[in-house]
Amino acid sequence: MRSGSARVILGIETSCDETAAAVVTEGSVVRSSVVSSQVDLHARFGGVVPEIASRAHVELLTPVIAQALIEAGVEDGEIDAVAATYGPGLVGALLVGVSTAKALALVWDVPFVAVNHLEAHLYATLLEDPSLALPVVVLLVSGGHTMLVAMEDHGRYRLLGSTLDDAAGEAFDKVARYLGLGYPGGPAIDRVSVDGDPSAIDFPRAMRDDGYDFSFSGLKTAVVNHVRKHPHVVTADVAASFQEAVVDVLVAKARRAAAEVGARGMCLGGGVAANTRLRERFLDACVEDDLHAFLPSRSMCTDNAAMVAAAGWWRLRAEGPSPLDSGAEPGLGLPLLVD
Amino acid sequence: MLILGIETSTQQVGCAIGGHEGVLASTHSSRSKRHAETLIPSIEFLCRSARVELSEMGAVAVDLGPGLFTGLRVGVATAKAIASALRVPVIGVASLDLLAFPARFSPRLIAAVIDARRGELFSALYRQVPGGVQRISEPAVGTADDLVSDLLATGEDVLLVGDGAVRYADRFQELLRVEIVDRGLAHPSARSLVQLAHARALREDWVPSWEVAPVYLRKPDAEINWAVREGG
Ligand SMILES: [Zn+2]
Repeated sequence: MRSGSARVILGIETSCDETAAAVVTEGSVVRSSVVSSQVDLHARFGGVVPEIASRAHVELLTPVIAQALIEAGVEDGEIDAVAATYGPGLVGALLVGVSTAKALALVWDVPFVAVNHLEAHLYATLLEDPSLALPVVVLLVSGGHTMLVAMEDHGRYRLLGSTLDDAAGEAFDKVARYLGLGYPGGPAIDRVSVDGDPSAIDFPRAMRDDGYDFSFSGLKTAVVNHVRKHPHVVTADVAASFQEAVVDVLVAKARRAAAEVGARGMCLGGGVAANTRLRERFLDACVEDDLHAFLPSRSMCTDNAAMVAAAGWWRLRAEGPSPLDSGAEPGLGLPLLVD
Repeated sequence: MLILGIETSTQQVGCAIGGHEGVLASTHSSRSKRHAETLIPSIEFLCRSARVELSEMGAVAVDLGPGLFTGLRVGVATAKAIASALRVPVIGVASLDLLAFPARFSPRLIAAVIDARRGELFSALYRQVPGGVQRISEPAVGTADDLVSDLLATGEDVLLVGDGAVRYADRFQELLRVEIVDRGLAHPSARSLVQLAHARALREDWVPSWEVAPVYLRKPDAEINWAVREGG
């Protein structure tokens, strides 16, 4: 088995509702990144349906991988390792990616690398900007996660805070559904907020100046109460004010964390990192605080396999291949340092 | 031509390698339920014990179900990946056909029955033909009582095979002339899979890997609930 000098990694991502494959060289050069989104399959249900997601992955993954290999212009024999997300995520969906990756690794006689999806999101930011100035504070915000992490080195993370109730993306989805803006909620709120006044309604900023944990359920309730009390309120104003409250808390905590750990930069990652207002405010904060801003392009924020291949490359160097009897770990957390 | 067979439609994980000389090697781990963890190491072990390389395979055979969704997907995803990497075709076989095949020496009506959970069964009926069995009803999902009344209506002697038959044995005993095959034949076998697939390989009755999909026979719950809500 070829291992030590692995250069070209095939990455596979199937943890939720994106079927993705990518070829990345040496953890930093993206040769191809193919994402097939199932968002249309799930839209009418207002959220991701696990069984529908798993079925779609089985159907889509082989063609998506073939496409990634063609776009990268590599032959099967040039792949040095196969990396796949093994958690956290939907168990049935994860198993499709893990099974496929292990099968390819077996036939090609190359290492298989099981990749942590959260760690992959961290690498998404670093993929496009290799000028890694450590330590960095990472704000990871998606439909499933809201975390503030201090990254001290490759594979060395300290969790500073996470959400106590809803994930940021979940709050977007719920509020968008309540306002009748459709699914997925993040892009919908982002869109209508452009026409709204972010200071129209002063929604609560829960725990903004207090610790590093987050709570968004009170904000969601405040939105509902406000609309009930003012049925003729302009929806765009509600959306913009809600978005502003979320962004305010996220950015305030990230800045405070960066100052406390003496970070040299701040990273933004996860699906919610595609939010226009969050990107603006995040960038402003970095400029003001003289921090290097790692702001991935929108396609790197949402789930993709290039980030899996990049994280896989680092994992392989640090820990070697994963065993072929690996399975999925739906409840996997970030591999954190303990104090 | 050598064929790798992968069978994961019930709680068992099975694989086998076979060809003109019959089945060269097979492995079955019963009650494993950890399909994804077990399957690839089983295939590795199988190749070593049969002293063949994966690259010698001319086709990959896979049990397409119906069966347990998660297990099926592990098997089908693995088969598709191996076949696409080897650039060989896939031969998909129904789980119920695999169950009925070892009962081919019985002159009775054969009912292959898989436990579909939630009080339901996947089933199909078969009859002996020269060299094997022929399916005489489409695979269906329904309750044990549905199946009992279907079988009663035939008025025939029935041989029941499969974990569904074992689980609901007491219901099927109501039938007058029935025999339930014991646990040895309760799960689809990877040996039957490569045997059936070999006959099809000779006719080049196969498909490219990207056309292979599991047979679920059941819609996802969300779609069922949606249809109910929409009055559809
Ligand atoms: Zn993600």
